[in-house]
Amino acid sequence: MTVSDAPPIVSTRFALDNGHTLTGYLATGGYEGLRAALAISPTAVGEEVKAASLLGRGGAGFPAGTKWGFCPPGVWPRYLVVNGDESEPGTYKDRLLMEKDPHQLIEGVLIASYAIGAAQAFLYVRGEMALAQERIAQALNDAYAAGYIGKNILGTDFSLDVVLHWGAGAYIVGEETALIESLEGNRGMPRLKPPFFPAAKGLYLQPTVVNNVETLANLPWIMTNGGARFAELGAETSRGMRLFAVSGHVVKPGVYEVEFGVTTFRDLIFDPAYGGGLGDGRSLKAFIPGGASAPWFYDEHLDLPLEAGAVGAAGSMLGSGAIVVMDNTTDVVKACWRVVRFFARESCGKCTPCREGTSWLEKVLRRILDGEGRPDDIALLLDVCDNISPGIAWPPKQTTICPLGPSAVSPIASALVRFRDEFVALCGGTGESPVAITGKAYLPKPNEVAGV
Amino acid sequence: MPRFTADNTILAHEIITRYPRPKSALIPLLHLAQEQDGYVADDAMEHIAELIGVTAAEVLGTCSFYEMFKLAPVGEYLVNVCTNISCLLVGGEELLHHIETRLGIKSGHTTEDGKFTVEDVECIAACTEAPCLQVNYRYFSRVTPEAADALIDDLLHDRRLDEIPKHGVLARTRQQIPAATRAGNAVPGEAEEPVWIRRARAEVSP
Ligand SMILES: Cc1cc2nc3c(=O)[nH]c(=O)nc-3n(C[C@H](O)[C@H](O)[C@H](O)COP(=O)(O)O)c2cc1C
Ligand code: SF4
Ligand code: FES
Repeated sequence: MTVSDAPPIVSTRFALDNGHTLTGYLATGGYEGLRAALAISPTAVGEEVKAASLLGRGGAGFPAGTKWGFCPPGVWPRYLVVNGDESEPGTYKDRLLMEKDPHQLIEGVLIASYAIGAAQAFLYVRGEMALAQERIAQALNDAYAAGYIGKNILGTDFSLDVVLHWGAGAYIVGEETALIESLEGNRGMPRLKPPFFPAAKGLYLQPTVVNNVETLANLPWIMTNGGARFAELGAETSRGMRLFAVSGHVVKPGVYEVEFGVTTFRDLIFDPAYGGGLGDGRSLKAFIPGGASAPWFYDEHLDLPLEAGAVGAAGSMLGSGAIVVMDNTTDVVKACWRVVRFFARESCGKCTPCREGTSWLEKVLRRILDGEGRPDDIALLLDVCDNISPGIAWPPKQTTICPLGPSAVSPIASALVRFRDEFVALCGGTGESPVAITGKAYLPKPNEVAGV
Repeated sequence: MPRFTADNTILAHEIITRYPRPKSALIPLLHLAQEQDGYVADDAMEHIAELIGVTAAEVLGTCSFYEMFKLAPVGEYLVNVCTNISCLLVGGEELLHHIETRLGIKSGHTTEDGKFTVEDVECIAACTEAPCLQVNYRYFSRVTPEAADALIDDLLHDRRLDEIPKHGVLARTRQQIPAATRAGNAVPGEAEEPVWIRRARAEVSP
């Protein structure tokens, strides 16, 4: 496996002391992408982004150019809302982009707003990120003063206010319709969709594009270098570069920007340039390939490329670019419980299968850990999972309004199938369950089927 | 009883004008109230309700949904220890227990002197720097028990104030939108097709 030598796109200023200042930004090519965008028509900017095949970096991986095209024609005003709520366990990239290179994000916001005709943009930043709030506030103030934001930007007829908005601590607000509710001053509860997606009816029921921080941070580069050059990087559906956070049991945890498609999980976890492998004498037990919501992967998945299609076909997702590595010392029952507790705590409470289901899953796992597991607890866990996400499939089917409920199923199905003996040791019984599990990554390795 | 001070009322009005609809300022105003008093007081919620034209119950409804808003005073230093998956794997729980033992309180509680509150929190987006914690939302990475002790010693004597303001103060830099360069809000029902879109459309099909 060769690791690509493509230069980074969004992380070029991470190592600079002054990359977050306007002076530092301008000295390193800052706002050139905006100038390039303003020199062509909004439609041409949209075409450039389509040519780049830029996939959303927030989790769902929807092509940005296509999403922009969903705004119904002739309906005004339109809004751009930036999703800077980063809270998926294992995920750490948007905060870096906001703290270390706020102008790059702002430039991306300006380019996107120009293209879609947004007359106002809101930067929704997770409340707990005080430094990101401060850096973005400063960057916005400086950009206003220098004429990059506000009325008649750089002397053109393009005008835009960018408003920094503070979150206040709620994971579910990262879901785009909950984000919009929150921005309207409400409890952050997702809206039912379909029929209406935010591009049609979003903020104040107006057409609204919600994009992730990293998605937008790619736009200045795409405008200066062209969509075609961006699309030359990566493979299949996943083009360009992506930030991956490698955490857990690796020698060198870190956030690495690598080329999609040619880089593999093995590279990211074991290459000395990235994760650097596991500790002495340790072996890999499992890894989460795309944030806490993703089904777990194992040894046999290490050589999969970092490419949405391949990872999806294997039964999981690249999600939010969060790789959590668990070595052989990991107590998987505990790990599973901790992820499920997260979803139970963060459920917004709007739908019964999620609100009740996740809290019961958490309670049952807790009693298993406390030595009070019962022989039929494994079947019970899977039964509750099946009620939240029928068939325990991938992509998950849902009985809920948003994907948070089904997300709690991933760690349980992953841990229960592969490490069933660890649960049986705590619960007794046979570990058998009448519930069908169909998600590919959840199933045992083909050559192990006989033993189950 | 804490309503907004005169200065904060001016600031509140300014924040409200940034949004096409006043209710959108609710969360920022709750932060402002918490910054002023260290928690969100009942009277502050009533004042916010008056400012944005909703009922106090609606303000409470939103306020109570979000983790960061405290309806009763908490410690001057809010110590949030992450115990989620990446941190759990490399000692997050042990770090939490160490801090609980050192301060003599369980998570969710405040020390008698009102100095510290400890919370066992979900992922704070510092997973590759685990185990990690925040004090008043300022990050500390790869925290060993010794580093935690040293940090607590400093905080006990308010030695880190330049880095960690007391609880309530979120961001010390505020956005300022100068009136002269402001583009203006895009209000539903009022905004028309943006000029640059209209111009570009006219250029294609004159
Ligand atoms: C429960 C839940 C939490 C989410 N959290 C985030 C988040 O923190 N940040 C983010 O950008 N997207 C998050 N998403 C995805 C958003 O709903 C949305 O797809 C994304 O912001 C769109 O931006 P993109 O197309 O640029 O990726 C979340 C989705 C769900 C269902
Ligand atoms: S699935 Fe859970 S988080 Fe999502 S809307 Fe339903 S209750 Fe809320
Ligand atoms: S899991 Fe602890 S910071 Fe993400």
